[in-house]
Amino acid sequence: MERLILRRLSADGEEMILNFGPQHPSTHGVINFMVETDGEVIRKAIPEVGYLHRSIEKIGEKVGYPGFMPFTDRVDYVAAMFANEGYAIAVERLLKLEIPPRARWLRAISCELCRIASHLIAVGTMTMDIGAFTPMLHGVRERETVNDLIEALCGARLTYNYHRIGGVAFDLPEGWREKTLRFLDHFDRFLTEFDRLISFNEVYVKRLAGVAVIPAPLAIDYGLVGPNLRGSGVDFDLRRDLPYGAYPHFHFEVPVGKGFQGTTGDCFDRYYVRCLEMKESSKIVRQALDTLPEGEFMAKVPRRIKPEPGEALSRVESARGEMAYYVVSDGTENAWRVRARTGSFTAMGIVEAVSPGLMVADLVALIASLDVVAPEIDR
Amino acid sequence: MTEALPLPKTASAARRRARRVLALTLAVGLGLPSALFGAVLVLSPLRHLAPPGLSPGSVFLFRALCLLLLAVVLVTFGAVISGMTVWWEMRVSSRMQSRVGYNRVGAAGFLQWVADAVKLILKEDLVPKDADAVLFRAAPYFVIVGFALTFVALPFGESLIAADLDVGIFYLLSVSALVVVGILVAGWSSNSKWSLFGGMRSAAQVISYEIPAGLAAMVPVLMAGTLSMQGIIRSQGAWPWQWILLTNPFALLAFLVFFVAQLAEGNRTPFDLPEAESELVAGYVSEYSAFRFAIFFLVEYGNLWVMSAVAVTLFLGGWQVPFAGPAAFEAARGVATLPGPLWWALEILSLLVFVAKTVLVMNLIIWVRWTLPRIRVDQMMSLCWKYLVPFAFAAFVGTLLWQILLARVPWVASLTGAVLTLGGAVTAYFFLRLTYRNIAAVGDRVDLSNW
Repeated sequence: MERLILRRLSADGEEMILNFGPQHPSTHGVINFMVETDGEVIRKAIPEVGYLHRSIEKIGEKVGYPGFMPFTDRVDYVAAMFANEGYAIAVERLLKLEIPPRARWLRAISCELCRIASHLIAVGTMTMDIGAFTPMLHGVRERETVNDLIEALCGARLTYNYHRIGGVAFDLPEGWREKTLRFLDHFDRFLTEFDRLISFNEVYVKRLAGVAVIPAPLAIDYGLVGPNLRGSGVDFDLRRDLPYGAYPHFHFEVPVGKGFQGTTGDCFDRYYVRCLEMKESSKIVRQALDTLPEGEFMAKVPRRIKPEPGEALSRVESARGEMAYYVVSDGTENAWRVRARTGSFTAMGIVEAVSPGLMVADLVALIASLDVVAPEIDR
Repeated sequence: MTEALPLPKTASAARRRARRVLALTLAVGLGLPSALFGAVLVLSPLRHLAPPGLSPGSVFLFRALCLLLLAVVLVTFGAVISGMTVWWEMRVSSRMQSRVGYNRVGAAGFLQWVADAVKLILKEDLVPKDADAVLFRAAPYFVIVGFALTFVALPFGESLIAADLDVGIFYLLSVSALVVVGILVAGWSSNSKWSLFGGMRSAAQVISYEIPAGLAAMVPVLMAGTLSMQGIIRSQGAWPWQWILLTNPFALLAFLVFFVAQLAEGNRTPFDLPEAESELVAGYVSEYSAFRFAIFFLVEYGNLWVMSAVAVTLFLGGWQVPFAGPAAFEAARGVATLPGPLWWALEILSLLVFVAKTVLVMNLIIWVRWTLPRIRVDQMMSLCWKYLVPFAFAAFVGTLLWQILLARVPWVASLTGAVLTLGGAVTAYFFLRLTYRNIAAVGDRVDLSNW
């Protein structure tokens, strides 16, 4: 792999080849970027992925349908809830299983809280990559509260394993609703403070506005999804355009990049779309808590899950964009094939197209603004 | 240190232990600088002394010994200052970031720097195989020499200065430029691309920013009519309206330029490009470990003190104590060989004033560091050449005109001083009000209880 990349780079005296990773503070995990630079200016940057490949899809063929659920947590450990949800929905479609409304609502609540947690990490690490340390810790402080809430819900703070085929594992604990509403009240104010602290900071805007612009056609060509795609001005959100679960019952905006501080599709747009999405997630959680239906939170699921032979696809809007699970059953207790399509992998591809002409510091901003998570790239 | 003590069994034992730790911390925190200051005070006059009954050769030896001791004291002093600066920065930043911060070694973690230094000294001293071993080993010396030499001309109080050189500020700016040589050497000799980037960035940055810094430093020099650090302080008064900063609007401009340029020269955020953690791993220190790394670290934080102290000297009235003019010092000293106790009290007072001002400026730098993100290389260069250098020139020329045309009129300085001080007070009021509102808007309150 490395040799293949080296063949595409030229270092003929003027240029230098720089190994940006795999152990680098701002590659957000084990990724390597092979960068051809002329001084500080990048001629070309080619991502080298695969350092974190753990054969999760293969494991999915070996452990049986319910047994695979904890492994999906490890696909994207920053936003594990979505991987849970995507897999659960795919298998439910395979089983032609209707899940109770309360379970759908609980899934939406847990997922939107998880989106807040994940976006806090995304914008926090982005500010840290730009060089400001304090906003990142403020973000992490809020995320701790979200983690506390999710821990009260399912007992885990990172790899939740909360969703089940046919519903969710636990109902809301006592007093959880009030705690969450109190947090959301605080969180909305926190977002304003965060904007004051960093988002519209002159230095910060100067570093991001107009940097690494991804125009909408390019974003579509490279298969960008989620906030990255919306940052380029493409108004597409699975929760609204291809609704699943409880989402048709909620009202929320889909924030789209429109050149908040510079060009549409620059690093700042991708960053700020995430900030706005956190506000929307907070709105969704409030609505879901207000309209939470009573009843079962788990459908009647047979002890041994053996779907009819067939295939099913689920698409959910993860924090990192569209996450698709494709599950093929051959009628046995194990899936014949499990495939996860993740946003970070395609986001990696665009680095090569956008990087020429950037400076080394801009590459850091680009990677941070794409919000890639290494395990999600490789799975 | 507290870890080494056995765990207390009862509440009263815990209180006793806490008191012991506090006493130890206070003893080290106050005793160490006092001892070093005392040594400076004693050694500085001793090296001019010629004890009677000694041959010329012995007198020379005696003076050389005094000088050597003084040098050792000064280097130690630099290390102690930088250790305490680290503690202060970590405490302030942890409060900004809702964390606890240092709280293990000594009371409020004050002795953490001792523990860190011991740890770093005990670590393996690594020289990469492909590094240029000689230069790699030499680089920290450049850095520490450039740093330690600044303490020769750095004032702390009315008489607390190792040597009040006639070329004080000029000397300070020159020796502190030695640090960049060390950084450049470190970046090159490490034979790592990240180090090289860091070294190159540092060279470009520090050399560029020397120009506005030097020009801005000329403004107080023009107004005081001397290059000597003590001379510049003596030309100012104790009250804000008597400071150079507030007697001349161009000096205000020069202070801003000087402050920004000093941030850049000290590699502080938003100018920490040479060691930009998220871009260059650790920049020029990437390959350093153990004691060599400790030296780079020490110099970085010590420079925080140095640049604050220089800013206080040049613009903020230095150690001037209210209601105690030169005559008061003179009178308190008396005519005896050893000065009277009143003189010592005044010295300590002037030291406290200077330290308080320096800590305030340092706080400002720390706030900036933990608030702002980092600017990009090209932005750093254009900020210097397109904005700071012209502004510095404007301040320089403006001060020249000011001194020639207006400074002769006796009431002008008082008038501008009063107006600018008032303006400063109003700005501070609005700043504090805005801060309070921002805090209140998030539903927080100012809480200083767990400091």
